[in-house]
Amino acid sequence: MSDRSQLISTGESFAFDAERDAEFERLVVRYPIRESMIMPALWMAQEQAGWISAEAIEYIADRIGTFPAKVLELATFYTMYQLKPVGRYHICVCRTLSCWLRGKQDIVDYLADEIGIKPGEMTEDGKFSFEEVECLGHCGTAPVVQINGEFHEEMDLKKFKALLATLT
Amino acid sequence: MEVKILSAKFGIENAHLLEVAKQHGAYQTLDKLFSMTPEQVIDEVKNSGLRGRGGAGFPAGVKWSFLPKGLDKPVYLTVNSDESEPATFKDRHILVKDPHMLIEGIIICCYAIGCHHAYIYIRGEYTTQVRALQRAIDEAYEAGYLGETVAGHEFQLDVTVHRGAGAYICGEETALLESIEGKKGQPRSKPPFPAVVGLYDSPTIINNVQTIASLPYIIWEGADAYKQYGTERSPGTHLFGISGHVNKPGMYELPLGLPLLEVIDTVAGGVWKGRSLKGVIPGGSSTPVLTPEEVKTVTLDYESMAAHKTMFGSGGIVVLDETVDIVELVKNLIDFYHHESCGQCTPCREGLGWMLKIVEKILAGNGSVADIDLLRELCDNIEMKTVCVLSAACTMPVRSYLNKFRHEFEAYVADTAS
Ligand SMILES: Cc1cc2nc3c(=O)[nH]c(=O)nc-3n(C[C@H](O)[C@H](O)[C@H](O)COP(=O)(O)O)c2cc1C
Ligand code: SF4
Ligand code: FES
Repeated sequence: MSDRSQLISTGESFAFDAERDAEFERLVVRYPIRESMIMPALWMAQEQAGWISAEAIEYIADRIGTFPAKVLELATFYTMYQLKPVGRYHICVCRTLSCWLRGKQDIVDYLADEIGIKPGEMTEDGKFSFEEVECLGHCGTAPVVQINGEFHEEMDLKKFKALLATLT
Repeated sequence: MEVKILSAKFGIENAHLLEVAKQHGAYQTLDKLFSMTPEQVIDEVKNSGLRGRGGAGFPAGVKWSFLPKGLDKPVYLTVNSDESEPATFKDRHILVKDPHMLIEGIIICCYAIGCHHAYIYIRGEYTTQVRALQRAIDEAYEAGYLGETVAGHEFQLDVTVHRGAGAYICGEETALLESIEGKKGQPRSKPPFPAVVGLYDSPTIINNVQTIASLPYIIWEGADAYKQYGTERSPGTHLFGISGHVNKPGMYELPLGLPLLEVIDTVAGGVWKGRSLKGVIPGGSSTPVLTPEEVKTVTLDYESMAAHKTMFGSGGIVVLDETVDIVELVKNLIDFYHHESCGQCTPCREGLGWMLKIVEKILAGNGSVADIDLLRELCDNIEMKTVCVLSAACTMPVRSYLNKFRHEFEAYVADTAS
């Protein structure tokens, strides 16, 4: 889970691009109340900018017609919303039961010892960020790693190293 | 042992695409469905004995019949695709390999309960899965299976996907509703039950993905065909997920009622590395653990699990070999539930944190016998004193480890003394 203690401002205004604008309009009519759009809008903002800034929160609140504090409340409650920039490759390692039983710790140790990042951290060059996450629903092919949303199953240290080597 | 009802199309290439799915029977039930009355559909589902596959095992048709009649409000269906209980990985196979079976099931359920807008709540981590699902929904709209009419029948139906964003608690049905309403996922006190006051204050049915996906078979083949599988009180088949220390972990569709040990040995290839068995978690991480002795007699159905003082749960079976450190495992478990507590009840928010600290203290070699007893006492004081059962999902299994593997906790404590 990333640091959720503060909201970061980019100093530039935020607005959905044309594609997300259309997606917002497609979805908003699907809900009887506009507040239901807060989560979808947070997703769209994150997909567009990589993370959610103070300006994005303001924009979403404005667009939906609610208070920024309501949007922020959800952005902090739901841990997948990133309130600060993440690395070009955001690595999520499952730390829960089945992955733990099948050796996820090797991967976590490798990231700490060789890549130099602990959960919640990012490499200095901004290439990799890393968090430990809860069960990813792929326990039969544990241990599981998710990088920028793509699943990588039946990982071991060797495969994980090879995978990282392909990321440029 | 394996059967292919729900997984019938899983092995077929591109069966997630409408064109291919249709060649293998997708949407064939619709003409039959609309020739029945909604009451007949509910009766057929009741007769099939289909039980909710989200964990609690409540009969689906019975749940539907709780909807109040004649209210001047819309009825909603929300499909629970949160799939976040550790060791559970069944629903996503449906989402990716046969999403049209789910959509067909949604049509059946909505027709039966008079719902014209269904929401599918899918966990945020399911990225590739949500793409597959949305694509199938788009295809279904385009082909006229969803929208103003359903396959030419006078029945309007919309299906909307709502993505979660990393909160296990949103699998709890009322937290899920709050989340769709644009709030934090904090469970509601019950009653009122969602069937009466649910989504947007309207009558709402919440069912698991696998429950809904079982409907096309039941309507097409009939309740009796479904009941050929499984046991009398636990009919049908289930997508079991077997993980942990076995040679062939994976998702297997099996009829209910099979002996657990046989399933582990034959279907899952037995305990890996020639090691012996220490225990089995039968239905997701919140279900009490079974010892090797108990594993010999239990069968995979709701009744046998209850008789063994555990639960069928979500069918996520975790096999533990002799090397597992039970105290470390308990720490991993508590860590999960503590992290996922929504925070509104003190016994859950604080109590699970205390439990975690005590286990960490024991693991660090600083614990005493009194700490083991305190852990046990905390379990009793937290359970059933909270708004939802997330806290019990932690304390029930922890108590089972304390009862059945107390010696492992004592070993840590004894080590310090010497
Ligand atoms: C903490 C908690 C988490 C849950 N997670 C899920 C889940 O991920 N998926 C699910 O289908 N049901 C989950 N449930 C059960 C639901 O509350 C609900 O009973 C179920 O979705 C009903 O569907 P069914 O009758 O078809 O099983 C959870 C319950 C609790 C208390
Ligand atoms: S028991 Fe825990 S998760 Fe459930 S409502 Fe209370 S604080 Fe939230
Ligand atoms: S425990 Fe890691 S994916 Fe389920």
